[in-house]
Amino acid sequence: MYTFSNKLKMASFILMAVGLLGIGFGFMSAPSTVEEAKALVASHDEGHASEATHVVAEDHGEEAHAEGHDASHDEHLLHQLQNKPWAALYVAAFFFFMIALGVLAFYAIQRASQAGWAPILFRVMEGITSYLVPGGIIIFVILVLSVMHYNHLFVWMDADVVAHDKLLQAKAGFLNPTFFLVRAAIFLGGWILYREYSRKLSLKQDESDDNSNFKLNFRISAAFLVFYLISESMMSWDWIMSVDPHWFSTLFGWYVFSSMIVSGITVIAMVTVYLKSNDYLPEVNDSHIHDLAKFMFGFSIFWAYLWFSQFMLIWYSNIPEEVTYYVTRIEDYNLPFFGMVAMNFVLPILLLMNSDYKRINWFVIMAGIIILAGHYLDIFNMIMPSTVGDQWSIGIPEIGAILFFAGLFIFWVFRALTKAPLQPKRNPFIEESRHFHY
Amino acid sequence: MASKVIHAYYNDDDVLMHAVKKVKDAKHHIEEVYCPFPVHGLDKALGLAPTRIAITSFIYGCIGLVISIVMMDYIMIQDWPMDIGGKPSFSYLENMPAFVPIMFELTVFFAAHLMVITFYLRSRLWPFKEAENPDVRTTDDHFVMELAIHDNEKELKNLLIDTGAVEINVSEK
Repeated sequence: MYTFSNKLKMASFILMAVGLLGIGFGFMSAPSTVEEAKALVASHDEGHASEATHVVAEDHGEEAHAEGHDASHDEHLLHQLQNKPWAALYVAAFFFFMIALGVLAFYAIQRASQAGWAPILFRVMEGITSYLVPGGIIIFVILVLSVMHYNHLFVWMDADVVAHDKLLQAKAGFLNPTFFLVRAAIFLGGWILYREYSRKLSLKQDESDDNSNFKLNFRISAAFLVFYLISESMMSWDWIMSVDPHWFSTLFGWYVFSSMIVSGITVIAMVTVYLKSNDYLPEVNDSHIHDLAKFMFGFSIFWAYLWFSQFMLIWYSNIPEEVTYYVTRIEDYNLPFFGMVAMNFVLPILLLMNSDYKRINWFVIMAGIIILAGHYLDIFNMIMPSTVGDQWSIGIPEIGAILFFAGLFIFWVFRALTKAPLQPKRNPFIEESRHFHY
Repeated sequence: MASKVIHAYYNDDDVLMHAVKKVKDAKHHIEEVYCPFPVHGLDKALGLAPTRIAITSFIYGCIGLVISIVMMDYIMIQDWPMDIGGKPSFSYLENMPAFVPIMFELTVFFAAHLMVITFYLRSRLWPFKEAENPDVRTTDDHFVMELAIHDNEKELKNLLIDTGAVEINVSEK
């Protein structure tokens, strides 16, 4: 049995406390009037931002370029700055939730494929997926607050905007606040239900004297993967793509999935190495770490493949309403946009290519930190351009939100790990997993 | 060179693996093992040096990448400038995204093909080559371990029978 070390528990509480201060600071320092917003921007970058906001305003499909240009500009700026702490909170909340969801998909794949190497890590995966409950509730609350107009993350929730926008009116059958929340509840409910049920069967299998729990777990995992693929794809349209409701990409669901699964596997590897370094999981050997690192390497390339597929088609066809998505990112987000390609593709491919390096535990951790930071930036690049435009920064509110959710994630995951023995004992494949050798 | 070799036949890869370990422990040199399919971990048990084919593959991939970059520059920018996606920039860097699929394909193409050719050369394989395996059964369901005899035929035979060999032949090579 694992015991939650006091040091780690303290660290998670400190992270949460510091993070809360940062989030609070973000909300306190957001401007509440147009004058404040203008003063804030003027003091930051000498007012050369007005040209770029014009581009962003057009992307939003708001009537910014009518008469009263300047006034609507300033109004827009105020909305962007008011969105900033919310967007920072939302990006970090989604990022850590996405890790747990990616691990859940990976876990279901291991179950459905009856993989022989993986069962020794099932408890670690189940520990990480336990975060689905608090993470999912927090996301849901943020979405409800958006629907209640506490923030302007989703422009299509604003009835005024929809009234002046033919495209949004045509999409209103799907993209309306009520159906949006109903869908979110169904997705979250389905994922959490599978997680809890599979975990229950997994624990029951250890106590039983036949394999019926194992077989049932196999069947529900296969069924869950069907539900997951559909729900994950729709979730990515709802929660991420709809912040920019005029733009769409047909492979967006896959793109978000690739980010999700590579972050999830990275965290499995990190938690496993951490537990091993504290003398838990004695039977996990370098070959298991090697396999996880191979997945990190492979899915990093998969991510780059999807990132590029999405980019190249839109760049090549050069249709104004599509290409604007990349124009904003390349003009206003140049460093995070291309920096993330380096962190998510170039560095992992070079660092993890050598077979021997995949077996060096601290090396896998270092590569994992780069991958996680890169995928945070990926989510950042998905949400920020349409919510805060060129007013983005990675400052106290953003880092505060990351620290808070990191603390919550660590606390919840390691607390869940203490609740059951770290190694399943009656999984039919446990012998194969123990002797797994590359 | 007329030297005598001993061939020990096995019909199971697990038995073969144990036999290889046992013969190694007894400090005999195994000349070669013929298998109908790759046996996982056999190279380690035989004490063979790790393969360097991965390094050659990386080098070939880099060559393919460079060739594709130079080739696309010549074809699409220098020799016959092309208007790509309605963006007549005629600049390599600005048109680069259109070339990425070709860069990727040629990297994989060079790495894969040259690696296979290297493997064949290194293993001394070419079309119409006379087979080197001592028995046709090694292409079907038998594994053969080959050891050189240095006036210790009897000792070797006893050891090999102990390891579970199903048949033992001695032949001139």
